[in-house]
Amino acid sequence: MDGFGWDIILQSLPKLLEGLWVTAQLVLVSGLFGLLLALPLGIARSSPRPWVRALPFGYIFFFRGTPLLVQLFLIYYGLAQFEAIRQGPLWYLLREPYVCALLTFSLHTAAYIAEILRGALQAVPPGEVEAARAIGMGRWLTLRRVLLPRAAQIGLPAYGNEVILMVKGSALASTITLLDLTGMARTLIAGNYRAVEMFLAAGVLYLIFNWVLQRLFRLAERAMNRHLREPPRLVQQPVPRVPSGLDPPL
Amino acid sequence: MPDFQGFENQLLAGTWMTLRLAFATLPLGIALGLMGAAARLSRLKVLRGLGTAYVEVFRGLPELLVVLTIYFGASVVLMGLAKRLFDYDGYIELSPFIAGTLALALTFGAYATEVFRGAFQAIPKGQAEAALALGMSRGQVFRRVTLPQTWRLALPGLGNLFLIMMKDTALVSVIGLEELMRKTQFAVGQTKEPFTFYLSAALIYLTLTVVAMALLHLMERRANRGLLPRRAG
Amino acid sequence: MTRLKTLLSAALLVAGGLALTAAPATADPLRIGTEGAYPPFNEVNENGELIGFDIDIAKALCAEMAVECTFVKQDWDGIIPGLLAKKYDAIIASMSITEEREKTVDFTERYYTNKLQFIGPKGADLTITAEGMAGKTIGAQRATVSAKWAEENMPGVDIKLYDTQENAYLDLEAGRLDAIIADQLVNYEWLNSEAGADFEFKGEPVFENDLIGIAVREGEDELRENLNAAIKAIVEDGTYAEINQRYFPFSIY
Repeated sequence: MDGFGWDIILQSLPKLLEGLWVTAQLVLVSGLFGLLLALPLGIARSSPRPWVRALPFGYIFFFRGTPLLVQLFLIYYGLAQFEAIRQGPLWYLLREPYVCALLTFSLHTAAYIAEILRGALQAVPPGEVEAARAIGMGRWLTLRRVLLPRAAQIGLPAYGNEVILMVKGSALASTITLLDLTGMARTLIAGNYRAVEMFLAAGVLYLIFNWVLQRLFRLAERAMNRHLREPPRLVQQPVPRVPSGLDPPL
Repeated sequence: MPDFQGFENQLLAGTWMTLRLAFATLPLGIALGLMGAAARLSRLKVLRGLGTAYVEVFRGLPELLVVLTIYFGASVVLMGLAKRLFDYDGYIELSPFIAGTLALALTFGAYATEVFRGAFQAIPKGQAEAALALGMSRGQVFRRVTLPQTWRLALPGLGNLFLIMMKDTALVSVIGLEELMRKTQFAVGQTKEPFTFYLSAALIYLTLTVVAMALLHLMERRANRGLLPRRAG
Repeated sequence: MTRLKTLLSAALLVAGGLALTAAPATADPLRIGTEGAYPPFNEVNENGELIGFDIDIAKALCAEMAVECTFVKQDWDGIIPGLLAKKYDAIIASMSITEEREKTVDFTERYYTNKLQFIGPKGADLTITAEGMAGKTIGAQRATVSAKWAEENMPGVDIKLYDTQENAYLDLEAGRLDAIIADQLVNYEWLNSEAGADFEFKGEPVFENDLIGIAVREGEDELRENLNAAIKAIVEDGTYAEINQRYFPFSIY
């Protein structure tokens, strides 16, 4: 092929931006649903009782141990194998690829967020919990007023990373007919055969989008830590702890 | 045990290909990570900039997009270069396997850069100073003091990256490499039983993950054998 | 600048050690790109082998031209980029000869003729016009004439594009689609399978003269002429009719 097609990129830009909008919707909605689902999962996961921990453990293990693409196909094509689901009341939702993508991404990211939440809950200094209990707060009140707000503060940077990972994962929506940024690029290539130009343009849009998200999370962190004169820099632990064999992979 | 309707061997062949892809990617990814870390810790500003750009770009791009771009783009670009530089008009081929290996290794390397950088920085400066004082050259210090410890410090992080990369091999099915996911799709096409087969594929990936985790655990224990006392968990 | 060139050349040579292969000489096997997800024309059986009408025709053509052939499987929406990137030398994958594609690749004469026709659930009342299909969902494979036809002739109708034809059928069966537009012969095969039992053709063929040819890179006239001669030869000596008979009880030439 001769020359780099700047003009083709320019022509395709409105379509690619349309795709970016779909990507943004998928990420933002699943990021939110994932967080809601992760709350009970993460709390149950840090319970001292083994039987309470077991279910979220299995859930997290499955969703972190298998490829997102498999999960997506399992839900989109797999569920439709069953007559009961096709005749069932939820089919009008599950028949939509958009809903299936949102569902899969939310279930997937919830597993990761739950682990972040568990880590954050465990990182809250015990003294703060003890102080809350000492002034007469109950278990739930302590959870709501002390543990969760502190965990949110501690876990926010990791949650930001997870949202960026979901931006990257959302490209898989293109495999179930959705026209997200990657899907749009692939469909455009089917017409103009300019793979290099289309994929590069899509790549740049992804980088810009991720950069904007990162800035937003930085701002949120600063706002959350505004009471501290020097915001605590969450330094990455240089010596990672030795994980036990049963820890699900990150 | 579900009825695989004669596709057992195909799934096994796919699993084997998945493993081959993962283990071909690993050394290349580690090499890229070491180079990236060396660049980021370099005294040269240009190298530091390059290292940072590499990490930022490949941690920000969807893995699927990288796989597609390398597969469809690299050949075109390489051939264009070959023609311009040597007037060579033949074909340069990137098989799905090579394209997949490159794409996964580039992503792996970007994350591994940060793991290695963290590990290098975690080694107390005093050790290198002591070695220098003993009369070792800079190269010797790196080979005998820094590198052996880097391995131990980087192992948990690298292990995690390996587990993630093994799952990402599924993306290479999109460019037609017949690994586990692709073989599963063939089976679904013929049997019309998507749930059975995609669930089986999920369980195979889960098994691979568990085995890899167990092996990593053993390797970490071995790497840390000089450290006492070891805390449980 | 010279130095940069030398450096780049060195880098390319290193990369070449990984991936560079010599240009195909005449003795090299002819590499044929096909999809492997388009029954009955090309698909993969449980032994991982390519089978189907396209494959049989390709083998017959190679035998006629007395060259060795190897097959390369390639996803459909990358099949023309793959040809341009010289991953293979010819596409025998039920590709329609279209003006748009002819801007990028060269085609041989047809090796069969297809039509485009809708299918849908038995008993469903579908009128095959843009108005009649308003509010319905149509499935087609990405980067096919069917997809292009639907986009051009069914404005305002929801059209879903799939990576493979098989995934589109899965979704028709699941009820996500009201209809599929695809090659008549491919639909014919699927309707005759167990999965397609509850579905039927809808309306008359919407596009009659869909000629299917072999795509080669632009300017590779020798290969194209050899293939044309071979097609002519197998049609004349009855090999074609014999292959045709294995798949369809009527002539599709």
